[in-house]
Amino acid sequence: MTKKGTVLEGVHFMNGDVACAEGAIAAGCRFFAGYPITPATEIAEHLSQRMPEIGGIYIQMEDEIASMAAVIGASYAGLKAMTATSGPGFSLMQENIGLAVMTEAPCVVVDVMRGGPSTGQPTLPGQQDVMQAKWGSHGDYEIIALAPSSVQEAFDLTVEAFNLSEAFRVPTILLADEVVAHMWERVVIPPAEKIKRVNRKKPNAPPQEYMPFMPDDDLVPPMACFGEGFSFHATGLTHDEHGYPQTSSSEVQQRLVSRLCDKIRKNAEKIVRVQGVMLDDADVVVVAYGIVARAALSAVRKARERGIKVGLLRPITLWPFPEKHVAKIAEKAKAIVVPEMNCGQLVREVERAAKETPVVFLSKLGEDPHTPTEILEAIRRNGQ
Amino acid sequence: MPVRLWRTPLDIEKVKLPKAEIHIIKDQCNGCGYCIQYCPKKVLEESEEINARGVHPPRVVDEGKCIVCSFCTAVCPDFAIFVVEKQCEGGC
Amino acid sequence: MSTELVHPLSKYLRAAMMPHIWCSGCGNGIILNCFVQAIDELQMDLNRLVVVSGIGCIGRVAGYANTNSFHTTHGRPIAFATGVKLANPELEVVIISGDGDLFAIGGNHFIHAARRNLGVKVICANNFNYGMTGGQQGPTTPLEAFTTTTPYGNIEHPFNLVHLASASGATYVARWTTLHVRRLTQSIRKLLQKEGFSFIEVVSPCPEIYGRQNKMRTGLEMMEWFRRASVVEHFSDPAKAEITREKIVVGEFVDTEKPSYEKLLHEKIAQVGKEAGKWGEQGAS
Repeated sequence: MTKKGTVLEGVHFMNGDVACAEGAIAAGCRFFAGYPITPATEIAEHLSQRMPEIGGIYIQMEDEIASMAAVIGASYAGLKAMTATSGPGFSLMQENIGLAVMTEAPCVVVDVMRGGPSTGQPTLPGQQDVMQAKWGSHGDYEIIALAPSSVQEAFDLTVEAFNLSEAFRVPTILLADEVVAHMWERVVIPPAEKIKRVNRKKPNAPPQEYMPFMPDDDLVPPMACFGEGFSFHATGLTHDEHGYPQTSSSEVQQRLVSRLCDKIRKNAEKIVRVQGVMLDDADVVVVAYGIVARAALSAVRKARERGIKVGLLRPITLWPFPEKHVAKIAEKAKAIVVPEMNCGQLVREVERAAKETPVVFLSKLGEDPHTPTEILEAIRRNGQ
Repeated sequence: MPVRLWRTPLDIEKVKLPKAEIHIIKDQCNGCGYCIQYCPKKVLEESEEINARGVHPPRVVDEGKCIVCSFCTAVCPDFAIFVVEKQCEGGC
Repeated sequence: MSTELVHPLSKYLRAAMMPHIWCSGCGNGIILNCFVQAIDELQMDLNRLVVVSGIGCIGRVAGYANTNSFHTTHGRPIAFATGVKLANPELEVVIISGDGDLFAIGGNHFIHAARRNLGVKVICANNFNYGMTGGQQGPTTPLEAFTTTTPYGNIEHPFNLVHLASASGATYVARWTTLHVRRLTQSIRKLLQKEGFSFIEVVSPCPEIYGRQNKMRTGLEMMEWFRRASVVEHFSDPAKAEITREKIVVGEFVDTEKPSYEKLLHEKIAQVGKEAGKWGEQGAS
């Protein structure tokens, strides 16, 4: 990349990691703290070059725990902030993701999923962190997770991740996989003025009346930042609307934790996005996400050519899970096929939402995502 | 430790030591005893009364002896005592 | 005496959260007192000040100081502060935390921030144990001391914090006890005006927990230890700055000049930006 501008407007041929980095810049991200880890390292390397060009901050921290903490700090100091990692680093970040949830710090965490568990297969894809994205930190909370299926989406969904995190003051996870991150595709980056950006709500009360955790009707509190004249306190301890710790009150715990969950649950309709292909008359529906959805789409088209009434439901938002969409297709479908590169993660949510409709799980681990033929076979077997 | 002077200062008659106003916020006191122990002039002692926190706050023995060193103010962990220099018309 | 006495420093304290939760004689209250005294003497712009604390009794200080403040997860205030300081170098970021938070779980963040010479200020309340959780051993627990997890006496050597800070690259390193209130306040003033990573270790009494387990059951006994054993040795070798029953070496150990990380970073950004030809939008637009 030699063009020295803010938004890299134009038509490009780039890989998913770079598209994600450019998406962050386009969304207004001006702080990145990270740690090298395959297959997300390119995001850090690209931003280490781009951030100084656009007046943003790049720092390589000493570990992923520090990276996540620094991201929250930068967010509280007023910048849109991001980090990028893979499975092992994502595990390290969990405690501080909980801190971001509890202090309602807008931020984006990119997890480029690879083969796990533990060190696993650093250079090969996986979809094994799906449940971890939702449940990884201790305590009860809701977060937002988006899964790109193409390099264009790696750009678009990063922008959307920032917008969602700012709108709902919640850490938003971009759950990519190693294939989407490393493959090269055509990306169209619109001009800056065409890119929708959402910024955190600012307080409309004067400093002496400002309560940092008093929500508006949408359950999201307006956010002041350090140095803006509002002298407030924020803590990871259970706190009241003033931000002061209230570690002995059941009532405050009930109020705070349910609001943090409801903030996402009650706004799910504004958050959840799916892509539906040929669902209207589908007897069999394939539910797939990430790189697997690309093979699934190909399989669905091939199956239609053979006369099987099959459709694809691609969750773009993995969390909150699109349960209403799945429930709807489950009403008419005779079977739901869920191919995943893991031992059964999102399929559990599908089963939960699909209730009585049979759900068939296709597991595949290792170097290659499912081939269209493998998915086509499953469609055929369950489409009779 | 008592103040040991090599000799009496020549201007000891002219220089006025500051006069103190010692303020004790009784219910803030947590009874650590640091102000009493480390006052260089032994101006404070533990009182008999019990405050809202269940401890004996300090009591001024002789405000006249206080030289406004403000050590008590600085060392109090509970912001329960502070000394100000008494402002009087034409000297105190 | 008036019925509504107002302490002269009370404007620096969050009235709604006082009185604080700290035990009788706890050094944390003295550290808070010296800290707000220092910012009062400097007439600091409180809007620019951010106090960050970690987990521990001292962690509550962020709630009591009437400034922008943040109470992070255990061990992470320095990493959090890194993000704050780089995002807005105009802010004065002060980390006030404990010996375990900063040097056990947080040790890695301490040495790297010092290595980078990031312009954040660190005040460590060193009370030789993990007080909040009941008095367990920590990285500064003296040899042979008793704690709830060293019931037979500690066999681990403690860190020498001023040695560690100086070796890691801090530009200002000092150690005082909570008895040295004037010099501590003076050091804090210096800390706040210094460029680069600055560190003060405050040897602090924990009479209820550490003291009680080690034959110093009251705050006064601990403070008497400080008074008897302290000796001021300015700019002596930090490696030899021991803390024992007989001797506590205090003073200023390091006071050097070195450009701060955020200064170098912003210079680099300006340089790259100039070469790039044009700036993008700054900050969260």
